[in-house]
Amino acid sequence: MSSPQPIPRQRPKYYDLNLLHLPWPGLVSIFHRITGVVMFLFMIPAVLFVLQCTLESETAFSKWKSIFSEPIVKLIVLVFVWAYLHHLFAGIRYLLLDIQVGTALEPARTSAKTVLVLGIIATVLIGVRIW
Amino acid sequence: MVTATKKIPVGAHYGWQDWLAQRVTAVIMVLFSIVIIGFFAVHGGVNFAQWKTLFGSQIFRILMLLFFLSVFYHAWIGIKDVLMDYIKAAGLRITMQVVVIVFLVVCSIWSVTIIWGK
Repeated sequence: MSSPQPIPRQRPKYYDLNLLHLPWPGLVSIFHRITGVVMFLFMIPAVLFVLQCTLESETAFSKWKSIFSEPIVKLIVLVFVWAYLHHLFAGIRYLLLDIQVGTALEPARTSAKTVLVLGIIATVLIGVRIW
Repeated sequence: MVTATKKIPVGAHYGWQDWLAQRVTAVIMVLFSIVIIGFFAVHGGVNFAQWKTLFGSQIFRILMLLFFLSVFYHAWIGIKDVLMDYIKAAGLRITMQVVVIVFLVVCSIWSVTIIWGK
């Protein structure tokens, strides 16, 4: 007779996939991940491509300058700007957490909110600047 | 008495090299971002001649390449972590990781040709 296998206790499963129900640090974290993947997929090749084109010739430079003056292109640029800035501010927050700054619950929540707000404010400022 | 470790020596190499590299590249990118944002905040838009002059400076070229290599290495660690979290099938995961590596190596070569081209 083989020894009885322990039956794993059925744990309740509860997946809350609504991002808005995440606590602030969780929201910063998932946006850090999403913005990172988006920048890898789209921003790296786009930036290299535009850099190459604008350094090619004066004609190409002015062509790209007029492309970037289109409102729809400016909006797309601003989405990338937000992704970059959110990733940057969230990253600085993680560097601070690494050196034990703001690791308690309340400061961590405050810094998470600060990161989200700073990312939006900085994006709006750059939006005003390029418009 | 010394007991054998139970750790399995595959995967994230226990993480610390990646952890450190992720932070070193992050700090390089933060510093470069401040310089670039500062430059455009002061200068506003640039014309073609100024753009070429900027990229004609050897020190700027080296800093630019340092920034790009930091981006690519940082992206490799980040994307690898994401793939390890979500792609459970080992074969598929390794294939995707190889694609990411090849892409980033191509980007590294490409960025050198852009920065030192013409």
